[in-house]
Amino acid sequence: MKISEIRDLLDAQVLCCEDRLDREVYSACGCDLMSDVLAFVKDQAVLMTGLVNPQVIRTAVMMDMVCIVFVRSKTPSEEMLSLARDNGIVIMRSDRRLYEACGIMYSNGLGK
Amino acid sequence: MSEELVFHFDVDGEDFTSAGQASVQIKKDLRQLGISPEIIRRVSIAMYEGEINMVIHANGGTVDVKVCEDCIEMILADRGPGIKSIEQAMQEGFSTASDNTRSLGFGAGMGLPNMKRYTDSLEIESTVGVGTTVKMKVNLQ
Repeated sequence: MKISEIRDLLDAQVLCCEDRLDREVYSACGCDLMSDVLAFVKDQAVLMTGLVNPQVIRTAVMMDMVCIVFVRSKTPSEEMLSLARDNGIVIMRSDRRLYEACGIMYSNGLGK
Repeated sequence: MSEELVFHFDVDGEDFTSAGQASVQIKKDLRQLGISPEIIRRVSIAMYEGEINMVIHANGGTVDVKVCEDCIEMILADRGPGIKSIEQAMQEGFSTASDNTRSLGFGAGMGLPNMKRYTDSLEIESTVGVGTTVKMKVNLQ
């Protein structure tokens, strides 16, 4: 699934790296516990989370993730967006709750 | 590579928001050396967990990363409170972290198990009241 499809399915707003929306995503992780995210290794994944701090971006960098969706309209700081830009990670924000966002992604085939 | 290359980092224990900066940097440094992405990912995740632990539990410390001919070695040293029971600390889900740390997304008791998961060897030396030294190796082959 392309990142642009995730944007459309979650009715999300892209906050940085808009030029990378055609990248493919093969798996997803919905989680607020970064140590659990670090236990999960999949290539070209998207992280969906309601946690907002710089460690979310650093965790995604460590895992070579290509996209982060902040749910429940959580808004990352400029410092976080700058870190994401430096590492080429697309950041989006959606009104959906984490459970809903995961359900929508899964039912549309991501990670099945 | 005929000579060992060493990267040294001081980890600031005062500010949680900066935790992980050294691991982001080592990822860039190793990439420049042309090391495979899978090895880099394993090294950086293990170091990241160690770095977070240092900030959460030990008020910072130092990290030395050695790039050897056959492996990458990481030595993380702190002068924190030490680990009372290493056996207990190695169990997934065991944590002494505060609720505040958990609200930041860590302290789930996955740090040391993740460090073991991503490395080929993990040695922990810890003395209560003195500090902890963690040595990890990831083989290049």
